[in-house]
Amino acid sequence: MISPKNQLPNPIYLDNAATTRCDPCVVEAMLPYFTEFFGNAGSRNHQFGWKAEDGIEVARDQAAKLVGAQPKEIIFTSGSTESNNLAIKGAAEIYAKAGAGQTGRGHIITAAHEHKAVLDPVRRLMREGFDATFIQPPADGVITAEMVAAAMRPDTILVSIMWVNNELGTINEVPKIGRLCHEREVIFHTDATQWVGKMPTNVETDQIDLLSWSGHKIYGPKGVGALYVRRRKPRVRLEALQDGGGQERGMRSGTQNVSGIVGFGKACELCAQTMDGEGTRLLALRTKLESELVKRIEVTVVNGHPIKRVPNISNISFGFVEGESLMMGVREIACSSGSACTSASLEPSYVLKSLGVGDDLAHSSLRLSLGRWTTEADIDAAIDMIERAVNHLRKLSPLYDLHKEGIDLSKIVWQSH
Amino acid sequence: MAYSTKVIDHYENPRNVGSFGTSTEVAKRSDIGIGIVGAPECGDVMQLQIRVSDQGIIQDAKFKCFGCGSAIASSSLATEWIKGKSVDEALTIRNTQIVEELSLPPVKIHCSVLAEDSIRSAIEDWKRKATASTTVANCSTT
Repeated sequence: MISPKNQLPNPIYLDNAATTRCDPCVVEAMLPYFTEFFGNAGSRNHQFGWKAEDGIEVARDQAAKLVGAQPKEIIFTSGSTESNNLAIKGAAEIYAKAGAGQTGRGHIITAAHEHKAVLDPVRRLMREGFDATFIQPPADGVITAEMVAAAMRPDTILVSIMWVNNELGTINEVPKIGRLCHEREVIFHTDATQWVGKMPTNVETDQIDLLSWSGHKIYGPKGVGALYVRRRKPRVRLEALQDGGGQERGMRSGTQNVSGIVGFGKACELCAQTMDGEGTRLLALRTKLESELVKRIEVTVVNGHPIKRVPNISNISFGFVEGESLMMGVREIACSSGSACTSASLEPSYVLKSLGVGDDLAHSSLRLSLGRWTTEADIDAAIDMIERAVNHLRKLSPLYDLHKEGIDLSKIVWQSH
Repeated sequence: MAYSTKVIDHYENPRNVGSFGTSTEVAKRSDIGIGIVGAPECGDVMQLQIRVSDQGIIQDAKFKCFGCGSAIASSSLATEWIKGKSVDEALTIRNTQIVEELSLPPVKIHCSVLAEDSIRSAIEDWKRKATASTTVANCSTT
């Protein structure tokens, strides 16, 4: 099946919102923990164990510093999916208004365009006696404190709103939502996978109770992440999901992934050091990418809020062109699409649909996400390649013909299948 | 997703791209059959136009396609296969033959179905128009 043409030289990696290349400094920090300091951090009575524990505690400190937390407030997990599950299910279980097996156990607020790793735990809780509100995002994708306030009920126990949407890069009103939750004495969780490490974070001033993030989105290894759990004002309690040896203050049993945690810590430290300059650099590159594409290609729409977005994510719809075929036309570029054809479900992106982006434009979208190794030359090349591919595909597109004839596509009765 | 070399070839060098005029122009022509199947919200729209002789031979075929690479390749291949065939022969083309020729994976079978549907739909359109114009001709002679 794989043609030699599919193995391309010098690919351009613009899928940093999916995962990032591990920083070589991170790998270097990890290596001794496979062979030299291979001990189990739980072995309290010999130096192999102590060395491993030391490595973990350095990492805990590095992770805590990145988000303005105390080291004791950091729980290491396998990544954001686990952190989200632990935060949402663990908090719901503790703060439930009624016991297991009953209904009316409490109300949870989240948004319709959250990641599946938040939506699915909330849906499971709904089957277990909890109620939930999924806030419908506005066209710009930004969830505001007012929207959360409007969804609040006397029995609301938990709000889970992501900091940055992973498909759009849009930034929700996190400090304001945090303040609202603290005023109402509701626990506030945020999936900050696309925010932490890229933008300044302080769980105190941002008023966050539970915060999830992953190593592999911040140039660290896959399979390791963290959950921040507030210890004072208020002290947040969680019911563990996994029972066993009581590691990570009993909230996450299981022998720690020492080398992974060490790498995660190093990745956090590097992000803290480079964040300011990197943000400015990526914003300039993304601005060039978007403005050039919009200028050169008609009916090109940048999805989500024009300004309230992280500097590294761009979600663009190219009218009359289907996303997967566009990706095929730019095979040198590694990116994602909201097109149904790129998903297993054959449904277009539920995130774009929730914003009211028409299904046709949802099928026509590319998510381009920049990172530490993205250069201006990459962006210049990507702009040219995308322009060429869109033009090629529009020559084939019956929808583009209709558009040029001045026919409104939304008025046509299609023969759906 | 890995594409077969044939899909890539049709994607990069699509055969018989185009149309026989604007949508209003071709709608009036009784020698042209138009098949438009799919919908933008489903992520694929195929447009097949055929020019058919009085003897029912498909003299020329043109396509346009909004869809994934496999959809483009399926419709491009369909135009190659139906050119020169009689409409009855063209109606015997099955989507499974397209799947086999392009080595389409199971998730792309619907692209081949769409191509078969577009052939059917274009021929039906031509037959409808041809019958209508014959009726008009008969009326004018009486």
